[in-house]
Amino acid sequence: MKHLLTIRNLEIEARADEQWKPIVRNITLTLDRGEVLGLIGESGAGKSTIGLAAMGYTRTGCRIAGGSVLFNGTELTTASKEERRKLRGAHIAYMAQSAAAAFNPAHRLIHQFAEAPVQHGLSDFPRARDKAVALYERLFLPEPGKIGYRYPHEVSGGQLQRAMVAMSMACDPDIIIFDEPTTALDVTTQIEVLTAIREVTRQGNAGAIYITHDLAVVAQLADRIMVLRYGELIEEGNARELLADPKQEYTRELLSSRIIGKPQTQSEDKCYTVLEAENISAGYTKDVTVLDNISFQIERGKTVAVVGESGSGKTTVARVLTGLLPPSDGKIIFNGKEISPALKHRDRESLRRLQMIYQMPDVALNPRHKVRKILGRPLSFYFGTDAKARERRILELLEMIELGPEYMGRYPSELSGGEKQRICIARALAARPDVIICDEVTSALDQLVARGILKLLRELQKELGVSYLFITHDLATVKAVADEIIVMLQGKIVERGPKEDILETPGHEYTELLLSSVPETDPDWLDRLLKGRGAKIHKMHEIS
Amino acid sequence: MNNISSMIAKRMGLGFATIIVISVLIFLGVEALPGDLAEAILGQQATPETVEAFRKELKLDLPPHVRYFSWLGDFLRGDFGNSLANGRPIAGLIGWRLSNTLFLAASTAVVAVPLAILLGMLAALYRDTWFDRLVSVSTLSAVSLPEFFVAYVLIAVLSVRLGLFPSISSISDEMSLGEKIHGIMLPCLTLTLVSLAHIMRMTRATIINVLNSPFIEMARLKGIRQSRIIIRHAFPNALSPIINVVVLNLAYLVVGVVVVEVVFVYPGLGQLLVDSVSKRDIPVVQASGLIFACTYVFLNLLADVLAIIANPRLRSET
Repeated sequence: MKHLLTIRNLEIEARADEQWKPIVRNITLTLDRGEVLGLIGESGAGKSTIGLAAMGYTRTGCRIAGGSVLFNGTELTTASKEERRKLRGAHIAYMAQSAAAAFNPAHRLIHQFAEAPVQHGLSDFPRARDKAVALYERLFLPEPGKIGYRYPHEVSGGQLQRAMVAMSMACDPDIIIFDEPTTALDVTTQIEVLTAIREVTRQGNAGAIYITHDLAVVAQLADRIMVLRYGELIEEGNARELLADPKQEYTRELLSSRIIGKPQTQSEDKCYTVLEAENISAGYTKDVTVLDNISFQIERGKTVAVVGESGSGKTTVARVLTGLLPPSDGKIIFNGKEISPALKHRDRESLRRLQMIYQMPDVALNPRHKVRKILGRPLSFYFGTDAKARERRILELLEMIELGPEYMGRYPSELSGGEKQRICIARALAARPDVIICDEVTSALDQLVARGILKLLRELQKELGVSYLFITHDLATVKAVADEIIVMLQGKIVERGPKEDILETPGHEYTELLLSSVPETDPDWLDRLLKGRGAKIHKMHEIS
Repeated sequence: MNNISSMIAKRMGLGFATIIVISVLIFLGVEALPGDLAEAILGQQATPETVEAFRKELKLDLPPHVRYFSWLGDFLRGDFGNSLANGRPIAGLIGWRLSNTLFLAASTAVVAVPLAILLGMLAALYRDTWFDRLVSVSTLSAVSLPEFFVAYVLIAVLSVRLGLFPSISSISDEMSLGEKIHGIMLPCLTLTLVSLAHIMRMTRATIINVLNSPFIEMARLKGIRQSRIIIRHAFPNALSPIINVVVLNLAYLVVGVVVVEVVFVYPGLGQLLVDSVSKRDIPVVQASGLIFACTYVFLNLLADVLAIIANPRLRSET
């Protein structure tokens, strides 16, 4: 039987330090029309590389070292540049992970949609435009007739991602490669895009490769799943079978990393409020209020999770508490005393006892400082520790974050993502704070790595009694770390309470929406959800 | 559109303030000249009576800030005073010379700018090929050689040997446009060679930089031809730095072409300025200096506005 796409024994190498190193090893896969193949793995597994290789494309610094990629009778590894160019966009289309980066900021959406069909000679502009409008409508984009005439920066992230889905279908390709299309989206928007992708692939006659690291998401769409790690195939099989009964250890690990919960902490301390926000209102410009009358408390040794989607104001809460954005109204009370709203007026002790860890460890660490200097700075700044004592303390800190002493002399570029985030945690701990604000600290990390970080944070809390304000959009993280949950929507707190109460019996409509939007690894989850929501789907579009 | 108008108004205000500051600096510069001005100008004829009379005429007996404001006031009203060399009103003198300089600058720009941008785009398209290297080497050589050297070489070859163009570009108002262009061919060619490298290299570098963007990869994955990618995808995003370097070169073409004007005996403003300095014709020097400053400020304003208009994101924000 002739498959639409057959990849056999594919080997891809990447150039590092004057040498070619293999990054994809011996991959074999097939794809037929109407079939959805899920490629799962963590970062560095080679999923995108394989996806791009299916188009006969390799990024700069990579090359196909062996194997064959046979698309519809054409061998792409030996085809000429021109032959491959003609296939791309027209017969094999690619949908990038970040729509914001993949759209040209200088051109309107509609022109970028129509470019591929017109340039490949498949259509003219008026017909392409009509097709765009029809697709935008099927994807539930607002004002489908007009939105195409906007520039990329004039539409929201979710809308842009859907515009990208539409653009990949412009030429009615035989194969579409979806590269992590919903990773950058909020859970509620993710549902819409998933629904849209599923609908369009089922109706059309195309084959699809769906690349993601999120098992729950791929469970909703894929007929078959391939699990990848370090460029090699770990396991493959029918989606339902694989999810119900994974054979390989690694697959089981990936599946199980979604089920963690925080044990109920029995605190011996009396409930002592470490940090309190009282009626905080804030905004970046005079007329737009980003935070509206926010009040909450953080107790010693407990974790308060602030959940919300993009635009809810949760990062702004962090900026207000740290003094980076003075609020227009309200007070911040730290350890019983009111502290100054602006950073520059605060005394060193207040600064020391409130620390922050950021979302992206790559940009939070000075790339030209070694770990010794990064961890040494808070010690000398807050405590004036001398060099010898600093050495000792840094070793202690490294032990706390489960890294060996050899890390002292390393630069951030020599560390992995998870290791960098651990250094950021150690840096925060070096100041011996009372409260640490964790701003989406695991969002940029792989699932398994994130699990390790959350475990570490929990242990440190038990040991040191430090409190966390955990800002996140991921409900699985919340389940793992929180004692109390605050749900934010458009600058207001819509619900607040102990974790179990909120998760089991959500009071507010939005909380319910949020909780139900988190994908589960049950392949029928999306169908059930959509049936249950029915007409409510259209209401969701107004939010995003 | 309202936002752009208010932005232009703000920039013009700043530009005006800049010109005022420059006028002070020019004035102070002239004040700082050593020796007594009147004596220096009169030279041999400096008898006590003539010096006294001359000082009265130059209003040198008034304190500096009074002189400054009266000079500035006159300038803003269009009264540039009279030349010391020949007593004629400066406005007319400068006016004609300025229009000549602008004519030469415009003619050069019309040729040099599109050519340089085209070469830059081609060099980016065929990066690291022999074409790219050839273009880089030749434009860099042209810009490394002193302008008068390039000018004399061109004269030697094109004028003396081949007799194609005149070696002296004295144009006058009676000539037709065609004759004028024929007359300025050689200075035009010289200036083109001199300004090519800067614009071409900036275009090439900016486009190569933009070619690393993710949306360029996306265009490739849509199967778009490389030439279209460079022209329709890369170039519009590269406009801002290219506009800046083009405008800087335009400013140079107005203000910095003294050497070329002297070599070709072209009646431009640069030559006038040089002559006036050697003749100590102070009013002319001050007026020309200030006009050059205004040209720079205006061209920079133009660059800012064009750069903002070229970027859709800034267009809707401002």
